[in-house]
Amino acid sequence: MTYIFDGSLQGLLTAVFEWFERKPGKAVLKSTEIFQPEAFVESFTVATDAEKADRVWAGLQKKLKKDSLRKFYCSYLSEIPEAYHHLFQFCIYIFQNQAGSESNYGNEHVIAISKYAKSVEREKHRMEAFIRFQKTGDGIFYAGIDPDFNVLPLISNHFKNRYADQQWVIYDLKRKYGLHYNLNTVEEITISFSHGINKQNPAPVLMDESEALYATLWKDYFKSANIVARKNTKLHLQHVPKRYWKYLTEKAPV
Amino acid sequence: MSDRIREKLNILADAAKYDVSCSSSGGTRKNTNKGLGDSHSSGICHTYTEDGRCVSLLKILLTNHCIYDCLFCVSRKSNDIKRAAFTVDEVVELTMNFYRRNYIEGLFLSSGIFKNADFTMERLLLVVKKLRLEQNYNGYIHLKTIPGASDELIKEAGLYADRMSINLEMPTEAGLKLLAPEKSHKDVIKPLEFVQQQITQFTADKKLIKHVPKFVPAGQSTQMVIGATPESDKDIMYTANAFYKNFALKRVYYSGYVPISNDTRMPILGTQPPLLRENRLYQTDWLMRFYGFKVQEILNDANPNLDVDIDPKLSWAIRNMQHFPVDINTADYKMILRIPGIGVMSAQKIVQARKFGKLRIDQLKKIGVAYNRAKHFITCLDSPYQLKDYQGTQIKAFILAESQSKYLKTDSNQMILF
Ligand code: SF4
Repeated sequence: MTYIFDGSLQGLLTAVFEWFERKPGKAVLKSTEIFQPEAFVESFTVATDAEKADRVWAGLQKKLKKDSLRKFYCSYLSEIPEAYHHLFQFCIYIFQNQAGSESNYGNEHVIAISKYAKSVEREKHRMEAFIRFQKTGDGIFYAGIDPDFNVLPLISNHFKNRYADQQWVIYDLKRKYGLHYNLNTVEEITISFSHGINKQNPAPVLMDESEALYATLWKDYFKSANIVARKNTKLHLQHVPKRYWKYLTEKAPV
Repeated sequence: MSDRIREKLNILADAAKYDVSCSSSGGTRKNTNKGLGDSHSSGICHTYTEDGRCVSLLKILLTNHCIYDCLFCVSRKSNDIKRAAFTVDEVVELTMNFYRRNYIEGLFLSSGIFKNADFTMERLLLVVKKLRLEQNYNGYIHLKTIPGASDELIKEAGLYADRMSINLEMPTEAGLKLLAPEKSHKDVIKPLEFVQQQITQFTADKKLIKHVPKFVPAGQSTQMVIGATPESDKDIMYTANAFYKNFALKRVYYSGYVPISNDTRMPILGTQPPLLRENRLYQTDWLMRFYGFKVQEILNDANPNLDVDIDPKLSWAIRNMQHFPVDINTADYKMILRIPGIGVMSAQKIVQARKFGKLRIDQLKKIGVAYNRAKHFITCLDSPYQLKDYQGTQIKAFILAESQSKYLKTDSNQMILF
């Protein structure tokens, strides 16, 4: 039996609801995006339903501790197809067993979710570390990113609490949406970039006049802080994998 | 203008880089005034230098002018180098602008000693006050305590800094005297003790009165230079242990000496810094702080130096085979922590998971146990029956043979030592 859902969190939770309604035995959850009909395998398309989803979520909130709920949400944000299935099975397992089962790390779904969550949390942490704002001509601090997972919802509070006295925009170039903090609240936005603009590093003319100086000073600092006698490229790359270099002012060519 | 500030930054960042502490953890400051910044309790490394060290803070000296002549230090009076000094405003501007761009978690400000200790401490204090009071800055501040500065100045600085530190420099008094005859561990102990008393006092007051300001909320740390003088690992770690105990230090840092002088009392220029040794000392430090080991179990008169070819946890296990094998399904959490190949996270998962049923090898692997290493020290539900009791030395040989290739690949600096 294959359950097909629309890829949304509500859809996933609805799928759990429908499974308990029908009890079809073993089922695999797939999103519409990757679903391909197979001969001899029955399928059921889940119609996302906010009310049903809420009931399942409320149920999870009752059964799970806060950090397990967080792991659940993080795993969902991984957008990994197999993670959806593990989440689905995890819910079934949790509802069918006594409270506390979330810490049964011998269970394949529990341990899988713990691993997805770890990867997503790591990406979140990396974004908090590697995002570099550039001050634009109109005084907004801008950063364009393309994280492996959909971490914007997870980093919003961190940046809001920290940069409370400056306007900022963090834009996910891959998922084509961003966050804008307007000195009061954080809003979800989409940007229509003018044609030909470099979305990661907009041209210097669009920037505040102090931007180039501080970028240079930061690059200088990065170089001065290095101890040549301790050079360890392997370790360096392990901490700052190459795919993140494009974010980093200190790695930009001089 | 921009050229001058660039030159200053280059000189004063270069001179500050031998202080290895860059931690921004332990801060609890919140952004309550809608100003700039807060601190993240676990700290954030914003980038890593090409030598693989975390860059979390803007680490600079206010000036590298110094009236002292400590042999191990680049800023020593007799060293023929370019000197520079930042103005208070320059440091404030740099910090604010770097912070706003998410380059850093905060500022680590230290200084050479110009004129005298109080004069220097006063300047440092001006910087932190300006940041906190005028700029509404709530980011992390790590401030060097200047030895010999007055209690009043140190106390005031503690109201604005998150962490304060003062370096022991050499692991023993004899080592320090050899390279810096004007200095003594006493100069370090006095302010460490004073700040520690203040922290205790403020914490006690806080329980009684609501609005007590924070005082050095991220605690104190210190640093020892390793390999400049001939101390054993035991000397180093016993000193570290005593300082952790006596002054409730948050961290002790071990900094492999990077040769910067031709003086014959120290390793000559061009000598490779003792990076593997440094790493082993950190591992020992970790075992003391997070794994429940006593320093005497790891280092003692029979074993005054750490093994270079294996880590101290494995080394302890091999010397103490009478405690193994440990049954994963019944042993105390404390004992599970001592098994080579099992870290804190895996140990916690094991004790939670085994409540639901006895654990098998495949589950241990999924939980994150380094099974190839751990297997010599454990039994679980489906452990293969073992006919023979291996000796510690045999197990060491197995593990080394298995990890040899991996080892050599991980760190080219480590290879040079063998
Ligand atoms: S007092 Fe400090 S800055 Fe001056 S020479 Fe000694 S270690 Fe260096």
